[in-house]
Amino acid sequence: MGTFSDTAILLLIAVIKITVVLVVLLTAIAYTTWLERKVVAHIQARWGPYLVGPHGLLQPLADGAKFILKEDIIPIEADKFIYWLAPFLGFVLAFLSFAVIPFGEGFTLYGHPVRFQIADLNVGLLYVFAVTSLGVYSIALAGWSSNSKYPLLGGLRSSAQMISYELSLGLALIGTLMMAGTLSLRGIVDAQSGFWHIHGVNTWVPHWYIFAQPIGFFVYFTSAIAETNRVPFDLPEGETELVAGFHTEYSSMKFAMFFMSEYANMITVSCLATLLFFGGWHGPGFAWLPGIVQIFLPVFWFCLKVFCFMFFYIWMRGTLPRFRYDQLMSLGWKFLLPLAMLNILVTSFLIAWHG
Amino acid sequence: MQILFYIFAAVAILAALNMVLQRTPVYSALSLIVVLCSLAAVYLLLGAEFIAVLQVIVYAGAIMVLFVFVIMLLNAGRETPSHRSRIAKWLGAPLIAGFLVEIVVVVRQQFPSSGGPSVAAPNGSPAGIGHLLFRSYALPFEVTSILILVAVLGAVVLAKKEF
Repeated sequence: MGTFSDTAILLLIAVIKITVVLVVLLTAIAYTTWLERKVVAHIQARWGPYLVGPHGLLQPLADGAKFILKEDIIPIEADKFIYWLAPFLGFVLAFLSFAVIPFGEGFTLYGHPVRFQIADLNVGLLYVFAVTSLGVYSIALAGWSSNSKYPLLGGLRSSAQMISYELSLGLALIGTLMMAGTLSLRGIVDAQSGFWHIHGVNTWVPHWYIFAQPIGFFVYFTSAIAETNRVPFDLPEGETELVAGFHTEYSSMKFAMFFMSEYANMITVSCLATLLFFGGWHGPGFAWLPGIVQIFLPVFWFCLKVFCFMFFYIWMRGTLPRFRYDQLMSLGWKFLLPLAMLNILVTSFLIAWHG
Repeated sequence: MQILFYIFAAVAILAALNMVLQRTPVYSALSLIVVLCSLAAVYLLLGAEFIAVLQVIVYAGAIMVLFVFVIMLLNAGRETPSHRSRIAKWLGAPLIAGFLVEIVVVVRQQFPSSGGPSVAAPNGSPAGIGHLLFRSYALPFEVTSILILVAVLGAVVLAKKEF
């Protein structure tokens, strides 16, 4: 009976964690759309949404209601099953990555350690890659099943772009992985605690890998923007050429699912950048704060870092023009990929040198 | 764990059948992706999480994307059944059945009375695989990489001739 109740408690904790992560994530996605509209508006000297609630804060709710109430149109020439499958696939895969992302240290509740993470895999990072590499099907199949020329072109562009940039995305992280010596996301964050020591002297610079792997970070984040199909690499949905790209024929809730998976992917990429290069949940601790705040302070630092990346995404959308398709391809294959390989070479030499 | 193995094995077999029986190429490709993912789940049950994840990344996430890409580019529609080979039609099913029976008999003889899928991989972690690849099997590993490099160069040379 004792083992049964232990299993039950573990299961209950897991279910609570999953629920909390999903609710927080969906809210975060809804308010990222609000943030994006606001920030881009202010960059362009406009006010943005202002009518629904104070400063348009209830706008995401209004948008949600509108998506649900709109008519769901399916093109008569479409492949019905795949047309229906594509948005669901994208939505589910976008959320699966969050199963391994650690948000903070955790605490102990009645002898049960509760970590701010749904599951700690020892191949956590590769798991995220596996899930995101399947995400390309959602876009490719959406483009194909609509049976219309602009979505097809958008889908083709996006699969070519995502295959190309996945290589430099993966290679950019190898330097960090070699320094951390583990693929577990929690292990990588643990390896970044404390400060950098040069010849035994404390520099008071946080032991984050961004300071050791700036090239890796640059290649990673550039490829990540291309992977998530955002400006300046948003060619799969470039409206001046392809109307709206792969989701031209989608309407109502199915369109909303593509929209939400795009934002979920942006959050995943920002989480990974935080975990791998910016020390995850590590930040200044304040010993005088009460215990309950101490527990949640690391989560706050993590969310703050992720927020900075999300802001950066939106900022770029407000300032940069779109690349041309051949420029995009040559940037990926002729610049980022060799740079990532050079980074691996130099890092491995330095690690071998210092032991 | 046993029940999970049977679930994923059943999914893999059904998806494989669907892949062969489908007339629309995109559906066949999607079924193959389901097969590869269920195999990854079986690897995971055997404790080989690194191989499982690589299976999804390399086969389902990269190679099959190229398949789907080509199918989309050619815009291949439904296949029309061909009536060319009578021999294949009449002999195909019996031959496959015979082949399957043969496999079952051989497996039964080679691995008698193993009560189920209880074979645990010695060390399926990334570090374990790395040690095997770069210590015990360093030469085959390097030779394979040269083989792949030659294949890539060959593909580039063949593609260049078109222009």
